[in-house]
Amino acid sequence: MKGKNVFATRWGIIGVGACIGILAPLLQKLGNPGNMGICVACFERDIAGALGLHRAAVVQYMRPEIIGFVLGSLVAAYLFKEYRPRAGSAPIVRFVLGVFAMIGALVFLGCPWRAVLRLAGGDGNAILGLLGLTFGIWVGTLFLKKGYNLGRTQATHAAAGWMLPLIMLGFLILAFIFPQLEGQDKNGVLFYSLKGPGSMHAPLLVSLVVGLGIGFLAQRSRFCTMGAIRDVVLFGQTHLLSGFMALLVFAFLTNLVLSQFKMGFAGQPVAHTQHIWNFAGMALSGLAFALAGGCPGRQLFLAGEGDGDAAVFVMGMIVGAGISHNFGLASSPDGVGPYGIPAVIIGILVCLFIGLTMRRKSA
Amino acid sequence: MAATVDARGLSCPQPVIMTLDEIKKGKDKEIIVLVDTDTSKENVSRAAESQGFRINDVTAEGEGYRITMTKG
Repeated sequence: MKGKNVFATRWGIIGVGACIGILAPLLQKLGNPGNMGICVACFERDIAGALGLHRAAVVQYMRPEIIGFVLGSLVAAYLFKEYRPRAGSAPIVRFVLGVFAMIGALVFLGCPWRAVLRLAGGDGNAILGLLGLTFGIWVGTLFLKKGYNLGRTQATHAAAGWMLPLIMLGFLILAFIFPQLEGQDKNGVLFYSLKGPGSMHAPLLVSLVVGLGIGFLAQRSRFCTMGAIRDVVLFGQTHLLSGFMALLVFAFLTNLVLSQFKMGFAGQPVAHTQHIWNFAGMALSGLAFALAGGCPGRQLFLAGEGDGDAAVFVMGMIVGAGISHNFGLASSPDGVGPYGIPAVIIGILVCLFIGLTMRRKSA
Repeated sequence: MAATVDARGLSCPQPVIMTLDEIKKGKDKEIIVLVDTDTSKENVSRAAESQGFRINDVTAEGEGYRITMTKG
């Protein structure tokens, strides 16, 4: 038996949450967009833009943080002998859940990570998002209690678990071969933004190192923002929640120190004030994350430790970002997109269908 | 006779739900839980301890772990 994993203790998860809470506002200080030091959904959306899966000119950048999350988790998993290549638990369902998780997140304009970072930056709209997230996760727990289950995974080839890490490594190589050129919106196969959130980023190496570090720590601690809320609702357990709360508190304090705290609803960076759709967008995301068993960050960390189904969810999110921006589902600071509202409704119906129909035979 | 919960291949939170279900049945003093990831091992142990169970033994078995717990 291996030694005890200190990161999986109460203080371990609090330490990891605090670490992320300090690093995210620092990344913002170093160039990342407002209240978006780290946002898994937004950054995957930017990656989709960099690859040309959508052509929204303001959100195109190969975000090194995401690459670092997966590779940092892979390194930690190998170092601590936790790499377990596995796959085969209803991958197509996970893909669909990833697509709708992203669609919901882009109606709110952020994933759970950014929801707390927005709150820590004083953005009141985040409260609606976090309430929606909690509601969505609560609905997810009702299905879990009724026996919802996507089935067992199978052990697979080690190389099968490398697929997403290798894709991320490929993305990183592309970012080095085709760096952003002054005043150019394209270099080789990668698209870049000249204005908007996609044009705002910390230096590549800083983002990469922070991403690797967080990926490593999160793999060890099992940090999960969806699990934080789910475990309280389902089991009354506050273990993961303490990490999530530490993130909020330390991000708030760091924002105060860096003079990045600005309270209010209107005029917040990359945010809109349509409360119902902030709530509903995140409710859809929360439900999709709960049904898929992890927040978007956790899916990246799981993919890094060999979980091929989590990797499929990640690909679903990246494709979902393409769909969102190609077909006018994503919100902007002006409000929800022309097809955002029907997309959220369809997404919720699809998630309910999945939750109702996919149950363990004889509980 | 110990009850056995086979949670191998199932992802979070299924192993914990299955363990707690078995604990709720209250039939057996000893429960054996089979899991295949370290995360599940930690989560199941944490949940069982919160229900007043003691983790007696964790042994590597195949690709995963066999967790033996008893009430009291």
